[in-house]
Amino acid sequence: MIRGMAILLTFQAGGKLISSALGLPFPGSVIGMVLLLVALRFEWIRLDWIEQAAELLLSHLALFFVPAGVGVMVYTDVLANEWLPILAATVVSTFVVMAVTGKLADRLEKKTAADD
Amino acid sequence: MTDFLQTPLFGIVLTIGAFALAQWLYQRTRMVFLNPVLVAIVAVILLLSAADIPYSSYAHGGDIILFLLGPSVVALAVPLYQRRQDIARRKNVILIGIFFGALASIVSACGIGWLLGGSPDVVLALSPKSVTTPIAISIIENLGGVVPLTAATVVLTGCLGGVCGPEFCRLIGVRSPVAVGLAVGTAAHGIGTARMMEIDRLSGAVAGLAIGLNGLFTTFLLPLLMLFFRG
Repeated sequence: MIRGMAILLTFQAGGKLISSALGLPFPGSVIGMVLLLVALRFEWIRLDWIEQAAELLLSHLALFFVPAGVGVMVYTDVLANEWLPILAATVVSTFVVMAVTGKLADRLEKKTAADD
Repeated sequence: MTDFLQTPLFGIVLTIGAFALAQWLYQRTRMVFLNPVLVAIVAVILLLSAADIPYSSYAHGGDIILFLLGPSVVALAVPLYQRRQDIARRKNVILIGIFFGALASIVSACGIGWLLGGSPDVVLALSPKSVTTPIAISIIENLGGVVPLTAATVVLTGCLGGVCGPEFCRLIGVRSPVAVGLAVGTAAHGIGTARMMEIDRLSGAVAGLAIGLNGLFTTFLLPLLMLFFRG
């Protein structure tokens, strides 16, 4: 468990260093995820070293978003000024994206399956 | 008491306590809109406001929990690696689905915001609403937008997609685990992914992939679209 946590945090730190050094608009964690995927692919890192730690974090992923949501309370003034365009655009657009991506993927997947 | 409010313990106990209660409530009722993340967020905000405790006191502990998002995003490599064959076989579906989702998100969010009379700051802040918070913030900083406004639209989007994404997909007839995972992950980034992880690991893995790819596509699409509309 500790080994797994150490590996995950090291990849996050590595990603962060790359992101700052190159001035990329990507957070260290996303770059760390890509690096870890590469490391697993080339078997520099073995899956069983990190599996337990990753499982522990991913099964509690929802909890980690709670503080991010609470942070919105600081912006209530900003939101109150233009609540209608913000709320309407956010709600409608979220459903539009799910419909576009979901329908498109569903159709493409059926087509791929039929071609096989 | 004031001392206690300034320790990280306060924010941590409050967050985990509220989430545990919210999860218990959800398991008892199974009502979709009682999504544990949403209920816990609302409960913490109400409690802080009612007790007149500033957000900064809560953040001492809240930030520690929030920090765990970082290694969790790195950990998304594990389900992606485990499902690599399923994913490689569907790489076109995944890339095309996420690309058009990213495009639809920018166009529909900015379009509706603009039509309803949103100020230029609001319209710009809406543009990366389906991108994960850290990437959305970097994008908006680079384009000179209002960061807090962006963070708020991102979190609202995530909660909405996390709360009713899977149900909405079923309603419109999208059923395959990959398509649902892509739809919810592309629309509602991490909060959507957290929800998909609870339902199905393959869905969760592709939703995790969608967080990164939607971030990538939006980072490149947004400046191009801005040139097009301003030019």
